[in-house]
Amino acid sequence: MESLEQIRDRLLARFPGAAVVLVINPGPAAEHSLLLDGTHGRDLALCLRDDPALQLDYCSNATGIDWPDKEIVDVKKIAVPDSAGGPGKIIEEKTRRLEPGYLEAVYHLYSMALRHGPVIIRLRTGNRSDRVTLPSLTPVWRSCEFQEREIFDLYGIVFEGHRDLRRLLMWDEFKDHPMRKDYVDPDDYEWEPTPHDEVLERAKAHYPPALPPEAPKP
Amino acid sequence: MSDTPSTPLPAPLPAAGNLSDAAREELRRHGILLTSLEELYNWGRTNSIWPLQFGLACCAIEMIAAATARFDIARFGAEIFRPSPRQADLMIVSGTVTKKMAPQVVRLWNQMPEPKYCIAMGACAISGGPFKQGYNVLKGIDRFIPVDIYIPGCPPRPEALLNGLIELQKQISAERLTGPGAARHTRLELPSEFPVPEYGAHDLAPPKNPKVWTPAPPLARPGKA
Repeated sequence: MESLEQIRDRLLARFPGAAVVLVINPGPAAEHSLLLDGTHGRDLALCLRDDPALQLDYCSNATGIDWPDKEIVDVKKIAVPDSAGGPGKIIEEKTRRLEPGYLEAVYHLYSMALRHGPVIIRLRTGNRSDRVTLPSLTPVWRSCEFQEREIFDLYGIVFEGHRDLRRLLMWDEFKDHPMRKDYVDPDDYEWEPTPHDEVLERAKAHYPPALPPEAPKP
Repeated sequence: MSDTPSTPLPAPLPAAGNLSDAAREELRRHGILLTSLEELYNWGRTNSIWPLQFGLACCAIEMIAAATARFDIARFGAEIFRPSPRQADLMIVSGTVTKKMAPQVVRLWNQMPEPKYCIAMGACAISGGPFKQGYNVLKGIDRFIPVDIYIPGCPPRPEALLNGLIELQKQISAERLTGPGAARHTRLELPSEFPVPEYGAHDLAPPKNPKVWTPAPPLARPGKA
């Protein structure tokens, strides 16, 4: 199979307006992936499926990732010359900026015909609140249907072009998206026999008020 | 195994007269059977408990194994798994109760006629088990319906289910039909149906039935929490 760089270059040659970025996984798994842009996502996916050299005809897995807003601290070192003629000082200037979060859908593609894979592709939403629409890849790979419903249910990504986008695991009246990092589950910690860490903190809210310390015995 | 200590054998019943057990056994050897209606009634119910045929998770596999030839729940008269709650005496909640499934479980319980009994089988049905902090897992079916027998395990082996069934049989055979300690199903003022929770925006509404379930006092020692 071609390398991801070659696939990316061929995709860019065929769709000049599209944006395809190679996302490097620095971990030992080295599962690198291709980040496709949302507007051309389905055309690019169709190309991956129908290209005779790739024939990625099987989507084995589709899942979501939540990337919350991240605060990044930039440290800039500035050399300040000493007015008295001594050695110059180096002052660190810290600037904080907020990197906005986004939601991501990840697809693992294999080729049954050519027996290669996986090729991992990602699609990112604009943010986590109102620009959460991505093109559905269910028309390309039928196996994405339930998995995109699950992503919609648990992460809140709206897949445009999905023919039956309903919640899958939670009930229809449910309002939250439980796999998001900022999801707060309902407070049903009345009885925790072995609480620890976060569970202990939440269980303590249900403990009876502490008894006053006993008066010392004479 | 059960939430109540195993009950001692009931004292000789008034209907049995003043005969001791040994004297009744002697009579039985001569072909004369002396009993009370209560004893006969409980004997019949004890030995033909019909469970409701439904499973929720992996505990159901162990429940199926308990019905097969190797463990043979038929030895205890409970082999007739009924597909309809209208014909069942026993609900074995075998597995994880998700919040999405909980209203259906309560509805099945409401559809069962009295006398009815409930076994919570496995860690999940008791408390949520390993999925206790999951976003869609009910922390024990006893938040909505009364449970007679709790069987710990993950999942419990078929022997444990049989043991739970035997404990339930002991409970049933010790039940009284009259008097202040009469069984639940004979007392009309006690509820037989329980409110079915609705699907809310963030949780089941209500998340628990306080008339059925009150949390045990926390294990933290006073003054230390």
